[in-house]
Amino acid sequence: MITIEVNGRKVRANPKETILTVLKREGIKVPTLCHLPDLFPTGACRLCVVEIEGIRGLVPSCAYPVSEGMKIKTHSPRALRARKTIIELLLSNHPDDCLYCVRNGDCELQSLAEELGIRERRYTGAKNEYKIDTSSPAIIRDPAKCILCGKCVRVCEEIQGVAAIDFIGRGSRAQVGPAFNEGMNISSCVNCGQCIVVCPTGALRERSSIKEVMDAIADPEKFVVVQHAPSVSVTLGEAFGIKAGKDVMGIMAAAMRRVGFDRVFDTSFAADLTIMEEASEFVQRLKNNGKLPLLTSCSPGWIKFVETFYPEFIDNLSSCKSPQQMMGAVIKSYFAEKEGIDPAKIFSVSVMPCTAKKFEAERPELIHHGIADVDAVLTTRELARIIRMRGLDLKNMTPEGNDSPFGERSSAGKLFGVTGGVMEAAVRTAHYLVTGKEMEDYVVEDLRGLEGIKITKIKIGDLELGLAVASGLGNVRNLLDEIRAGRDDIHFIEVMTCPGGCIAGGGQPLAADQKAIKSRMKSLYEIDRDASIKTSHSNPYIQRLYSEYLGQPLSEKCHHLLHTKYQKRDVLK
Amino acid sequence: MTTQILSILKKYPDSSRDALIPILQEVQEAEGYLSRESIARIGEHLKLPTSKIYGVATFYNQFRFQPLGKYHIQVCRGTACHVKGSAKVLDALKRELKIDAGETTRDGLFSLEVVSCIGACGLAPVISINGEFFAGVEADKVKKILKKFRKKGASNGK
Ligand code: SF4
Ligand code: SF4
Ligand code: FES
Repeated sequence: MITIEVNGRKVRANPKETILTVLKREGIKVPTLCHLPDLFPTGACRLCVVEIEGIRGLVPSCAYPVSEGMKIKTHSPRALRARKTIIELLLSNHPDDCLYCVRNGDCELQSLAEELGIRERRYTGAKNEYKIDTSSPAIIRDPAKCILCGKCVRVCEEIQGVAAIDFIGRGSRAQVGPAFNEGMNISSCVNCGQCIVVCPTGALRERSSIKEVMDAIADPEKFVVVQHAPSVSVTLGEAFGIKAGKDVMGIMAAAMRRVGFDRVFDTSFAADLTIMEEASEFVQRLKNNGKLPLLTSCSPGWIKFVETFYPEFIDNLSSCKSPQQMMGAVIKSYFAEKEGIDPAKIFSVSVMPCTAKKFEAERPELIHHGIADVDAVLTTRELARIIRMRGLDLKNMTPEGNDSPFGERSSAGKLFGVTGGVMEAAVRTAHYLVTGKEMEDYVVEDLRGLEGIKITKIKIGDLELGLAVASGLGNVRNLLDEIRAGRDDIHFIEVMTCPGGCIAGGGQPLAADQKAIKSRMKSLYEIDRDASIKTSHSNPYIQRLYSEYLGQPLSEKCHHLLHTKYQKRDVLK
Repeated sequence: MTTQILSILKKYPDSSRDALIPILQEVQEAEGYLSRESIARIGEHLKLPTSKIYGVATFYNQFRFQPLGKYHIQVCRGTACHVKGSAKVLDALKRELKIDAGETTRDGLFSLEVVSCIGACGLAPVISINGEFFAGVEADKVKKILKKFRKKGASNGK
């Protein structure tokens, strides 16, 4: 430990830590624009500058290590002036349409301008004419609002291992985009939305489906249903100032009905259905020497990643549709028949933690005779906007439940929201399918936590199985490369596109730090701990769906409704 | 054309990133521009994402991403030409052809490039079309010059 002085106060620090790390711990906020917690600092924005006694220039605190006796001034007039100038320059060619921007009130540039007391325009820069790229079903790219902080580029390459976008050109005409400045839709982008999560401005945002959904609700001819993904109930609250991780399931369902949805369904139920099919598929592949390792298929960014970068693994992917799509499929078949509603009149909405789900819903394989499994996908953020738009006070709602026939879910299905959760749920059911008995302890500790890669072995009966769980696509590359090179001790791999899983998805409320993400995770584990139904196969509503409608897992009807195919993609990578 | 790229890449077997710029230069030299296909090949060879290669290539003014037009127009932006108003000439060309520097018209007839100094300062402001120099070009002369080449292009069966 060393001692440094911050604003005249002695502070203990570890050698080699950056100044910024120490300041954060001490509760001193120095603004940053280009800093990403786990990645190497680039020092690009220089907003985090501080003054150090004995050093002439200002120093970027995100990149500068502390040393014994260092005397730091974080908010000296000089540092403040420098920060203010940086923001003023960034604003000099920024479009003045904050009022119409989706990030209004939620924009880092805007709040920095406010914090630094910028009240007039001192510089006017030339504005470039940029086209807004609306080609992608998920991600909108609006270069005029880009401040070139580079975070999206680094997340896409270093965390997601995709590298769909980079800086194009230089100087005042630089922008961020795919090779040849083409549309995102034909790039290698997997629609994960992690770039949106780090973007300080409105330069990257999701394609909004709010209008379509509100139009459908206003249309008396339409029967509008909504499903909500497992993780949404533990993140939505944050958009309304509720503590991170708080499960708002009941008040969310109530709010959804006030918005005007005719039925509220829980996607976790369809996650149970996915497990019934996927665990059966796994056991079948084990028995029949099928293609292994089996790769999970519920995360659409990951699916596109395999199709683009690892097409030789397409046959390893489970043929199961994702829970969103399974839910959509049984809504427009089983539910429609049961209630006597024409499936063509049903408008099926899903609320997802995910931008890639927007892309998934539009996959041509998942639309039959013009009827899509899911008609519109909203992110958690968009749901929050709708709730606000409707003037609903989430905090003062009386909790309500989900609708039948998909009312109950097991907590295994709910675990789909966190990395490792699909695997845990699958193991519970695979164990039952193979041995006819329940596991003694349902929790597989090795599969829990936010690490990017988790590998373990478990015994199911006489079988010893290797299981791997990866989240953040960059983490899965090494594993796939090892398997390609001959590694054969792993039988089942769960991959979630976003680091940490859906709880940290590209459609979740912004500005969540690692602590908030941990709270979201803990909340899902607590729901599992306290649940009475902990396995998908023991969910009575699932049993009824099979006995009344689907027959056995992997039956012909199941194949028709719940399974799908994938395709190799030729795009510039 | 692929064989051309392959033989260029063969010269850089250790596929280090430092080789990127020289490879880009050689490929452009050989093919006149950097195509999607060649950038994809270079990416595979150097294990670099194409977004990165395109990013690096657009950082420098020397690279182009569309094939040269039948008539390649070079606008000199050297000091002498600048003083005599070459910026206006460039603007006029861009307006007439509806392309930016580094681009090629849709019909493939013209491409536009800005060069530093062609060493014909006495003729400033000067442009060159397929090596032929046009001296003392003023913005309003641009239309006429282009018309001449359009005619020529048409009569050549293009
Ligand atoms: S959505 Fe994901 S893959 Fe696409 S550009 Fe953003 S970070 Fe990269
Ligand atoms: S798009 Fe957003 S994250 Fe990417 S460089 Fe621009 S401002 Fe930064
Ligand atoms: S946050 Fe330190 S330089 Fe940008």
